[in-house]
Amino acid sequence: MTDNEHEIEQPDERVPKRVIGTPAPGTSMLGAKETVEDADVPGVMIPDEKSARKAEKIVALCFTITFLSAIAFIILYVQIQVGTPESTGQSNLALGGTLTLALLGLAVGITVWVRSIMPKYNLIQERHDLATDETTREEVADTFLQGANESGFVKRPLLRRTLLLASAPLGLLPLVLLRDLDNSKMTGANFNKLLRHTVWAETRKKPMKLIVEGTGQPIRAADFNSPGGILSVVPEGYEHDMNALAKATLILIKFRPEDLKPGTNKNWTHDGIVAYSKICTHVGCPAALYEQTTHHILCPCHQSTFDAADGAKVIFGPAARPLPQLNIGVDAEGFLIAKDDFNVPVGPSYWERGDAEQAAREGSTA
Amino acid sequence: MTRTTAWRRHPLARYAVLVLALALIGVAYATLVQGSRPADAALASGKLDDVAQGKSLFQAHCSSCHGLSAEGTSTGPTLVGVGAAAVDFQVSSGRMPAANPGAQAPRKPTPRWVNEETTRQLAAYVQSLGGGPTIPSKDQVDPAMGNAAKGGELFRANCIQCHNWGGAGGALTRGKYAPSLNESSPQQIYEAMVTGPQAMPVFNDTTITPQEKRDMIAYITEVRSQRDPGGFGLGRIGPVTEGLVAWVVGISFMALVAIWITAKKRKKS
Repeated sequence: MTDNEHEIEQPDERVPKRVIGTPAPGTSMLGAKETVEDADVPGVMIPDEKSARKAEKIVALCFTITFLSAIAFIILYVQIQVGTPESTGQSNLALGGTLTLALLGLAVGITVWVRSIMPKYNLIQERHDLATDETTREEVADTFLQGANESGFVKRPLLRRTLLLASAPLGLLPLVLLRDLDNSKMTGANFNKLLRHTVWAETRKKPMKLIVEGTGQPIRAADFNSPGGILSVVPEGYEHDMNALAKATLILIKFRPEDLKPGTNKNWTHDGIVAYSKICTHVGCPAALYEQTTHHILCPCHQSTFDAADGAKVIFGPAARPLPQLNIGVDAEGFLIAKDDFNVPVGPSYWERGDAEQAAREGSTA
Repeated sequence: MTRTTAWRRHPLARYAVLVLALALIGVAYATLVQGSRPADAALASGKLDDVAQGKSLFQAHCSSCHGLSAEGTSTGPTLVGVGAAAVDFQVSSGRMPAANPGAQAPRKPTPRWVNEETTRQLAAYVQSLGGGPTIPSKDQVDPAMGNAAKGGELFRANCIQCHNWGGAGGALTRGKYAPSLNESSPQQIYEAMVTGPQAMPVFNDTTITPQEKRDMIAYITEVRSQRDPGGFGLGRIGPVTEGLVAWVVGISFMALVAIWITAKKRKKS
């Protein structure tokens, strides 16, 4: 870059001490070409020296901030001990803050440098042909042919055929995966059955109690006696089984019996206590924002609103069907139990849902 | 051309105004939200000899909506059987007397006649009408005696759908909303659970025991003192505000900077 490497023959003490990044005295950092440009070239805007000097100071200040922040980063890294959440938070804030300041100083400095010190002019970039020229193309073709010949692809058919053989099943792999879209051919666990039923179905064999989510306690119907009450309820024995709860979670609401409207199946209630699926029929969010004054159940995801007093029918929002109601009753000790599984599939739609619902209806009428 | 006019006509001026306006709204909102946070004094439980005093207070301040003997009118429900806890909750939090019979009765500063004594008298009167939940004792609502971890589990199962994990509250249907729990006293939280004020459902003591309620109070008060990562909670309502800030503030700022860096300087005339 410069020619000052060649002038080291002099004794050391005679060479003036230099700061890194500055040229030796009497030499130019950019070589002999560094000249003051002519200010009168048309179209070129050179900032006047006064404002350039002002900008220079701003840039220098920015770079100094970067320098100090980087030093501060190192000091704070050593100083702040992490271990507790509080000190880790402080450390993150300090390190992030200083690093931000350092990078920002650099960025702002360079931006100001470019904008306020460098000359401005319009630059026209000529386009040229995108196509490669004739000789290069010929060269590439020659190289390709040469490589192909040397590989023996034509001469050694065994290699060629086994390579094709090797790649054929690889190409088929993505197509094989499409098979899973057709769930009618699924073996073992029947897909429809899986979506159609919840673990409440087990109540047919042995009555399942309704358990309060969080406390893990069964509910005595006589205890759940304040109209306007609501509980999130899970099936007995599946309190922590997430796969089961994803379909079987209920909301249990206590009404004054006279508040219930015809949409609610009163045979499936007990003393004004109604159980609905908590899984929204739109896309399956937990719908449990219950207003005791209006009996609205609101789903927080897309504002589907259900009228809990009237069979949880949809009164607003994108849900297409009411929340399924569960048939509940009490056992000999007075605890709330499920008397059957849901009679329709819970949660959002799926391809075969219509068939499942129809089958459920025919099954219940038969 | 004065200098101000030149500034106003600068190509970046409109962006600057936009950013300034956004910042102003943000700051104003933050200060409003931070605003008054009255310390709720724990109120003593009602006494029966206060009933007569309570009745006259009731007739002066509540009967226009709830009827002269609390039987209820078209604008206000009956208060027979709501209990002293309901009165203490509604009056001590400033929700009642309501400013207007709207969808939501918001928390507001209490009127001048409301103090510990008058609230107790009013509560005693309403309690005498038909019983109902009573005001909890100090021990029943002491967060220090509750188990915040257990309470958190219950809170997540029963409350967060409306009140948010950090008690920030959230919207309900047709203008109603679940209020923030950050200003509620432990006693008010307990009373809200047993009485079910406005749209809130009831969580009676036989299904959620007083012990479990105290655990939830411990959780709610514990969460308030938790530090927010990064220093800004943004209302603690989750990805909505966080995303909004990132998009509106962050990305617009970066777009503005990009425009500024590449903008051509105008010749000074």
